Amino acid sequence: MAAPYYVSPEQLMRDKAEFAKKGVGRARSIVALRAQEGILLVAHNPSGSLNKLSEIYDRVGFAGAGQYSEFESLRKTGVRHADLTGYAYSREDVNAKSLANGYSQMLGQIFAHEMKPLEVELLVAQVAPETTGDEIYHVSFDGSIIAEGDFAVIGGDAERVAAALFRHFSGVADLAASLDLCRKALEEGGNADLKAADLEVALIARGVPGRAFRRLAAAEVERLLSG
Amino acid sequence: MRFDPFAPGFGSSFYDYLSHNRRDLLPGAAPLPAGVPAAGSVSPGALPPVAHGTTVLALRFADGVIIAGDRMASDGHTVSSRRIDKVIPTDTFSAMAISGAVGPCLEMAKLFATELEFYEKIEGRALSLAGKANKLAQMVRGNLPLAMQGLAVIPLFAGFDTEAGAGRIFKYDVAGGRTEEADYVAAGSGQGQARGSLKKTYRDGMDEGAAVRVALGALSDAADDDLGTGGVDPERGIWPTVVVITASGMRHLPEADVAAVHRELAGHQE
Repeated sequence: MAAPYYVSPEQLMRDKAEFAKKGVGRARSIVALRAQEGILLVAHNPSGSLNKLSEIYDRVGFAGAGQYSEFESLRKTGVRHADLTGYAYSREDVNAKSLANGYSQMLGQIFAHEMKPLEVELLVAQVAPETTGDEIYHVSFDGSIIAEGDFAVIGGDAERVAAALFRHFSGVADLAASLDLCRKALEEGGNADLKAADLEVALIARGVPGRAFRRLAAAEVERLLSG
Repeated sequence: MRFDPFAPGFGSSFYDYLSHNRRDLLPGAAPLPAGVPAAGSVSPGALPPVAHGTTVLALRFADGVIIAGDRMASDGHTVSSRRIDKVIPTDTFSAMAISGAVGPCLEMAKLFATELEFYEKIEGRALSLAGKANKLAQMVRGNLPLAMQGLAVIPLFAGFDTEAGAGRIFKYDVAGGRTEEADYVAAGSGQGQARGSLKKTYRDGMDEGAAVRVALGALSDAADDDLGTGGVDPERGIWPTVVVITASGMRHLPEADVAAVHRELAGHQE
């Protein structure tokens, strides 16, 4: 008779966390940063069509690092949740906190109960009329959720990129300066030389009625970085 | 969490999502009270008269389309609202105008706008104009059970086709039949008067100013002779809704501009 095998819960969780961390560790990094014009999202992403940044709803944006298929499914689920809330109630009732909480629950459940945890890290950001009201939530593969301050980083080099941001950040700046700061931090953290075409950039614009998420085309990024 | 994007209702359509997963939020899905015959049991010949005290119209001009409507909602012989907007923007390049029962009309417009935004966000690009017009046709057809109970929705749809670089206008029948028109179209109880007016004043390739004058002229002709259509009300500051859609997107014509055109038209008539 085969002996029933036993793995301690501690060991199981450690193994799962290690596995998920390894998956996310391979991902290129993404920065969310408060700027005067809104919340700036910058991803190191050479692909022009497979996006890591996305609109969720009016003031709410999304960034996902890790397995594309997994964070893309999470993104769609988020859009569905937001549109359903906005349709059933009203547009102003859609908010980042509820969405980030939903993601946190979902990832936590999957981490605890499924064989394979999701290899993703997410950012959910909501712009406010004033910079002090901006909300940036960071959700990890195990469902842990953090409300970040002026900036947040996800992806493989997150710690080093965040360290670079700490060194160079000196208060909320305008769009061009903020974009330059994000590039610098991604370059220092990832040991790479980044051109405009290597970056996916989006802005959740402040003070815009309705849908505030806007992608910045490579030409505009080029102009802002060289200006 | 559903990870199957091909499962029914989990594609790019918000309408399908509601149909499969949240029927309670779909217009007309609530069960009927006892004693009211279900839609299927009513013979098509018994389609109740469509209540639509309104005039909405759309017309093409050189740079795009204009879609406009009066502002009055009525309940029998009573005015239920003087300021309702019957032209509802559905996305950056399209708008729909409603005629029929107010509740289901507004509900459909809201659902349709959500549908277009949802598709755009999920797919990363907007539907084609023809795709939007077809989706609206399906939604009008989906409303047939309510129409059989006297709550019809008969919209007009107008937009700028960014592929073709031209404005396009569509009308619908109660069963969702969709027809594209080349020049102008009107719906509602005042449609006869509006069409008569449009027939006389419409010219191919008009500029925006001329097209606005034609649209407002047709709306005042309709309001003149149709009880269900509201006229302008300068004292209360109520003017028809006029939406202009061109290659640079959709915009409401400011009330001051609408008022100015009205004064100009009135001057001509004196």
